[in-house]
Amino acid sequence: MRELYTWSAIAGIVLSSTAGDVLLSRAMRQIGHVGDLWRRQGLRAVLKAIVTHPSFLVALACMAVSFFGLLLALSWADVSLVIPATASLTYVTNALAARLFLHEHVDRRRWISALLVCAGVAVLAV
Amino acid sequence: MSFRKYLVLVALVLFASFGDVALSHGMKRIGAISAARWTELFTAVLDPWVALGILLLLGFFASYLAALSWSDLTYVLPATSFGYVLLALLSVWLLHEKVTLTRWVGILLVSGGVAIVTQGPALTRRRDREAETELKTNPARNQP
Repeated sequence: MRELYTWSAIAGIVLSSTAGDVLLSRAMRQIGHVGDLWRRQGLRAVLKAIVTHPSFLVALACMAVSFFGLLLALSWADVSLVIPATASLTYVTNALAARLFLHEHVDRRRWISALLVCAGVAVLAV
Repeated sequence: MSFRKYLVLVALVLFASFGDVALSHGMKRIGAISAARWTELFTAVLDPWVALGILLLLGFFASYLAALSWSDLTYVLPATSFGYVLLALLSVWLLHEKVTLTRWVGILLVSGGVAIVTQGPALTRRRDREAETELKTNPARNQP
């Protein structure tokens, strides 16, 4: 039963952190090149554009959910399971979500890279 | 990708790795905080190492946002996973931990992933998307 809880928490962490990253990426893509914006309108305009962007705010909420999910999972299971599982799975879910929701061109090169990093992070974090 | 943009990616990796090391060093100095005295978490930020870690992680977040404003998520994430390798190497040099064979395998896998993704383009252009939809509808005209 505890195992079911742990894996549900891991799934929850992976989903919320993927949602956070995708929304953050969407917000920044819509805001555009921050260097250009900074040169044109100054740092305050950059900060204002970011913190008032709805996707950015939802992304922050998702990251908070994922952080507290992590604390919860760590109270149920070992860190040597939770950290590698969540860190490495997010590379794969991010590639899927970026393709589906951000319409990024995830070609073979990016898939191989995501899978290598996923495997590497899992091995490193054990 | 211009040289400046690579610098932002390098800064991102450095901020994240050194931020984690500083946080972890600070929290180890403070010692375990029990659930009953969880409010001690708030006084933990007064520790200079924890404060430094938080500052560095703010730097990480700023460079992450900047990188995402001009690169794809599926480029930034694998490219900056080099931080895991850096963290493993830092733990050898600074904390004198032993690197086992499995860890070397992990380092090699992550480095391979980083090397592969950084060879390709950083941003999806409209042309790529059109090529992809064409590939789906007309697989005979396969592109290299």
